[in-house]
Amino acid sequence: MGATLFARADPLASAEEQRRRLGAAAPWVPFVQRMGESAMAPLRAIGVDVLQINVGKFCNQTCRHCHVDAGPERREQMSEETARLCVDVLAKNPIPTVDITGGAPELNANFRWIVEQARALGRRVIDRCNLSVLLLKPQADLAGFLAHHGVEVVASLPHYLASTTDAQRGAGAFARSIEALQLLNRLGYGVEGSSLVLTLVHNPAGAFLPPRQDALEAQYRRQLGRRHGIVFNRLYTITNLPISRFLQFLIESGNYEDYMQTLANSFNPSAASAAMCRRMISVGWDGSLYDCDFNQMLETPLRTGACRHIRDFDLSELQTRQIAMANHCYGCTAGAGSSCGGATT
Amino acid sequence: METYYKPQDLPRFGELARGNAELWDKFMAYYGAVFAEGALTEREKALIALAVAHAVQCPYCIDAYSHTCLEKGSNEEEMTEAVHVACAIRGGAALVHGVQMRSVVEKLAM
Repeated sequence: MGATLFARADPLASAEEQRRRLGAAAPWVPFVQRMGESAMAPLRAIGVDVLQINVGKFCNQTCRHCHVDAGPERREQMSEETARLCVDVLAKNPIPTVDITGGAPELNANFRWIVEQARALGRRVIDRCNLSVLLLKPQADLAGFLAHHGVEVVASLPHYLASTTDAQRGAGAFARSIEALQLLNRLGYGVEGSSLVLTLVHNPAGAFLPPRQDALEAQYRRQLGRRHGIVFNRLYTITNLPISRFLQFLIESGNYEDYMQTLANSFNPSAASAAMCRRMISVGWDGSLYDCDFNQMLETPLRTGACRHIRDFDLSELQTRQIAMANHCYGCTAGAGSSCGGATT
Repeated sequence: METYYKPQDLPRFGELARGNAELWDKFMAYYGAVFAEGALTEREKALIALAVAHAVQCPYCIDAYSHTCLEKGSNEEEMTEAVHVACAIRGGAALVHGVQMRSVVEKLAM
């Protein structure tokens, strides 16, 4: 798989350049205006149920659709001090879910400590897992660790056939994914009667919207069960947002305008109302706070006053804050809606 | 260069309603019902439509259902197999008529 935009010194490695491209005059109605026309602007948060912690951009893969531009060359990693601040926030605030993402979050030196502390506080813990990380020799005990602590594994698998998965995630990714899923099944993940939850994630491997979540889940179940004996609890479909490497793919392949127009034409006010940013806070590797992981990667700050860093976390301010919106938000509001928890309608 | 088929004409399909709105509405109601989830899934129907599109060689349908198959969760591998199904049936239809050829030859030839 190719190197990161960062390593190639691609102009789109810059968040500012991405914001410029996304905000340029275009045939589609600007998202903020569309929300206004739907009487949904300003959009406000209605609580903080999820603290999503992005522990860094280092990853052992460089998937083509990655909105983080994660990869082996990235050195941005959450420090121990910042990880402690995150756990302090959890200890002081009734946030039920911790969602740990990256890069490959498991490769951060503080990942396991965060998991242990969050579970000790009785929180639901999600690990956004690329599956291949479970097979790395230095991580040989990782799957067992996750199972021991009852971590919910949310694992990317764009298709039940190798060709499409490898096209998105790199040669051999599918075979490694199957091996990792079989390992998780042996530990009890996704198995009927087990409390260990295994969720698969489908991102379309191209410039099109995902299918109906329930229909695709049924297809995944049939195919993964029949071909590989793999079981899982549920499937999320997640729309690719025009950010970072997916934005670069759209522009390079000549699909950018058509894809953005498709997203805009598929605008669904119900999906906007259920947008995940209304119930979460995203924490960056350096402790900065954002409305969501997408705003984080576009370096779009919160619209709140003082509360911009995890050390200043103020739940009363954040849970009713105004959300910072821009044209990439069409991705989460298209069709059945999209979020880190799959379709939203 | 002039060409009979232009991709930008596909989105104009709805203009057929201007010639006869009633028939257009009846056709679209039937069309929507045909492709709705039933005993076959929307994905399965899209793959069938793709194969038929190749069998009847309709470039509009090939364009539309290539998009639809991807949007229903199919992929290049499945779609290629569907095209081969169309090819096998079209080719097979030609070949099986060879039985009629054989009947004539068996009657006339020594």
